[in-house]
Amino acid sequence: MQLTDLTMLELAEKLAAKEVSSEEATRASLARIQQVDPKVRAFLRVDEAGALAAARASDARRAAGSPAGVLDGVPLGLKDLFLTEGVETTAGSRLLEGFVPPYDATVVRLLKEAGLPLVGKLNLDEFAMGSSNESSAYFSCHNPWDLSRTPGGSSGGSAAAVAAREVPGALGTDTGGSIRQPAALTNTVGLKPTYGRVSRYGVIAFASSLDQPGPMTRTVADAAALLQVIARPDVQDATSSDAPVPDYSADLEAGVRGLKLGVPREYFTEGMDPEVEASIREALREYERLGATLVDVSLPHTKYALATYYLIAPAEASSNLARYDGVRFGKRAQDARSLRDVYTLTREEGFGSEVKRRIMLGTYALSSGYYDAYYLRAQKVRTLIREDFTRAFQQVDALLSPTSPVPAFKLGEKVEDPMAMYLMDIYTLPCNLAGLPGLSVPCGFTKAGLPVGLQILGRPFDEAGLLRIARAYEREHDFFRRFAPL
Amino acid sequence: MPVSDFQPVIGLEVHAQLLTQSKIFCGCSTAFGAEPNRNTCPVCLGMPGVLPVLNQRVAEFAVRTGLALECTIRPTSVWSRKNYFYPDLPKGYQITQFDQPICEHGRLVIDTPQGEKTIRILRIHMEEDAGKSVHDAGGGQSLVDLNRAGVPLLEIVSQPDLRDSDEAVEYLKAMRDVLVYLGVNDGNLEEGSFRCDANVSVMPKGSTTFGQRCELKNLNSFRFLKQAIEYEIARQVDVIESGEKVIQETRLWDVNKGVTRSMRGKEDAHDYRYFPEPDLPPLHVSAEAIDAAAKALPELPRAKLQRFTSQYGLPAYDARILTAERPLADYFEACAGHYTDYKKLSNWFLGELMRLLKEEGTPLSALRFTPAQLAELLVAVDQGTVSANAGKDVLGEMFRSGKSPADIIAEKGLAQVSDTGAIEAVVDDILAKNAGEIEKYRAGKKQVFGFFVGQVMRAMKGKGNPALVNELLKKKLGD
Repeated sequence: MQLTDLTMLELAEKLAAKEVSSEEATRASLARIQQVDPKVRAFLRVDEAGALAAARASDARRAAGSPAGVLDGVPLGLKDLFLTEGVETTAGSRLLEGFVPPYDATVVRLLKEAGLPLVGKLNLDEFAMGSSNESSAYFSCHNPWDLSRTPGGSSGGSAAAVAAREVPGALGTDTGGSIRQPAALTNTVGLKPTYGRVSRYGVIAFASSLDQPGPMTRTVADAAALLQVIARPDVQDATSSDAPVPDYSADLEAGVRGLKLGVPREYFTEGMDPEVEASIREALREYERLGATLVDVSLPHTKYALATYYLIAPAEASSNLARYDGVRFGKRAQDARSLRDVYTLTREEGFGSEVKRRIMLGTYALSSGYYDAYYLRAQKVRTLIREDFTRAFQQVDALLSPTSPVPAFKLGEKVEDPMAMYLMDIYTLPCNLAGLPGLSVPCGFTKAGLPVGLQILGRPFDEAGLLRIARAYEREHDFFRRFAPL
Repeated sequence: MPVSDFQPVIGLEVHAQLLTQSKIFCGCSTAFGAEPNRNTCPVCLGMPGVLPVLNQRVAEFAVRTGLALECTIRPTSVWSRKNYFYPDLPKGYQITQFDQPICEHGRLVIDTPQGEKTIRILRIHMEEDAGKSVHDAGGGQSLVDLNRAGVPLLEIVSQPDLRDSDEAVEYLKAMRDVLVYLGVNDGNLEEGSFRCDANVSVMPKGSTTFGQRCELKNLNSFRFLKQAIEYEIARQVDVIESGEKVIQETRLWDVNKGVTRSMRGKEDAHDYRYFPEPDLPPLHVSAEAIDAAAKALPELPRAKLQRFTSQYGLPAYDARILTAERPLADYFEACAGHYTDYKKLSNWFLGELMRLLKEEGTPLSALRFTPAQLAELLVAVDQGTVSANAGKDVLGEMFRSGKSPADIIAEKGLAQVSDTGAIEAVVDDILAKNAGEIEKYRAGKKQVFGFFVGQVMRAMKGKGNPALVNELLKKKLGD
């Protein structure tokens, strides 16, 4: 048994028992990265010095008998969308190459305060736009379960690093499924909290009304423990909620007996891979065996979710990305001869094609004469989608669905077909439009050995309920004990 | 047709910087004149990942202003983004209010030669200021100073109810008075914390259809506002006279040349792509908060002016000066509590007190004597204890030392001599020395009388009671 095979809480136990030190655990993580990351390519940057310094500080706290919390000393990886003071942060873009932030994101500060050594910055689709990690400006990340395949996106680096046991846990962000979809494709647990549950301050914005950071781990219990650290009202984020933060680990083992779980009709339609469907159907039967009641529910506006999402997200992105103009930070085009050149050349050279595509979509959707027909209409449909969920949750405690319609696909397979790529998020993005919490938990493998994820959607701020439902399934199957063949 | 055959139509957009200590969406200082980029942080620099958090004072000030201008306060107003690229606009968008501003449908009454006139306020909204580009300062480079980025502004938009440049100036002055009274703005045009844009069009007299308008940007003095509007009216009339059409555009007032010139036309007008700001929740203002703000509203300049004329019986001229600034009006009222000849009190304010304040550069708040002491001095003058002239010296000393008038009069021996015997002795002495002048006087050269008064007063070092001096002189000269 290697240290890197341990889950976050298993490692935390050994740290608490002083069987291992944080420095040993962190060195093990760094060594594992050195060993497997040339194949996986999950990390854009490793902060060895920073991580070891934090690990030694953690060990000093342990020695003094005053650990900062349960996870003190457990190494963690961060999607390169989280600002880290003094450590280059690029959002996977050439435009931010060399950008060293002067401040920490709120969640980064919370992680540091909780004593977690942050080992490095993880690969992602540029500015979190993509479903396969192939729009990273640096290099594509590979799925540890099959290196010829994508780990999903945009938090693909986070998912792959956890699946490859380079780090026991990582943070991702989820705008339309960017935590859950890669979690499903890599046999990991991904939790997108309720919008407003985790601070967005210091997280490079993609689509402000949809973005939400969350944990990516190997187990449900780890996700609960990590969420406990980062779920906090934040005065620096006006959209942060001051709803009380419960103990997410308290009812993990409470089971699902007596719960009503909804199966949304619209999430079981054509386009789903038969093997994925088989796994999900089997999971539904498992929940019945465990004492839950399955309820057929309808979310009638689901068919508009994709179109709605691809108006709202690019609209907000086109505005959020306007600050990358070459004037104050990041790259500036060297050949610029006029102010207009500074803008156009910097953005031409700095942004990749997926980002440009979305900026153009968003700019168009917001432009005068089209606003009412596109953006405003999308916001109205968004309300209808939210109301669908509200009605469903009057009948059921949570909803079950596939996370991704297909298992991990080959790198390069969908690059030339943006629509096919956008369809990857078809089951995940309604949840973002509604601001709800969503979780993906491993629920099996295809014959080719590719992971399948089950998505659980819940009422606002019912992360605890989702974790409990996910844990009930995980306890029966232990898929997290299966390691990617590296 | 000459200019006089046309009717100008004018609307103003006033931009007022709010007197908050910190910026609208972060904690940075709003102090003027700091070293470039000193008052900045990741939020107002628009760094990646930052989020705005509303400074609640800004909303309070907006509500206060809205109530003073008789606006409806929207219980829920919405923030929007106005997107455009400019080097001094850090985020590539300005956070402002668009279709649901915090205040709407108000009014401001101004004086015109034809009497009172109500100018309707269309809307008031809150927004953040941009930074400043400094060109050619660094060896041909352009530098950007973002100290001002994120400074809170109110934009107050009038309906096009103004009909000439004088009305526009009157409106701007009245608006400035209100904002300064409310304590929300310092009214400082030089530092740009109070400035305006003017929308100007002309139409043939008698027409009800407005002509094509042009926007005159960033007018930062009353004089420039008047000049720019007048130039623009004449220009537009010329354009129409020559058979052409006024085109909608944004124009700048060229201070040096005294002309307006085109800044950008409609064809390259921005598409600002407004949409609701997703980083800020809608702003809710409760009915209780509005009530409380309404109750706390001070008496406004116009109401105070009217009360000063009615309650104190002052001429409009006096009342206007006394009420122009709230501290002066307050101080006047404090004195009026101790002294009831209000016109005389006003004379002392408008004359001596304002002169001293101006000469010494002292703010009213730093006065070293009390309203009661000022009243005491005026009573002393009335009772003849001290002459009016000596009273001015006493006031000057009170101003400098803060001593009581009684002490100063005693110390300096300024008490007025009203002893008939003492005055008579001096009068006799002067008349004895000036027999020749007496001849002239008796021969009908009556202006010599002033000479005698002057001589007596000089001999008495100004302390002779002027009424008694006059009376005795007349008696002795046989009038």
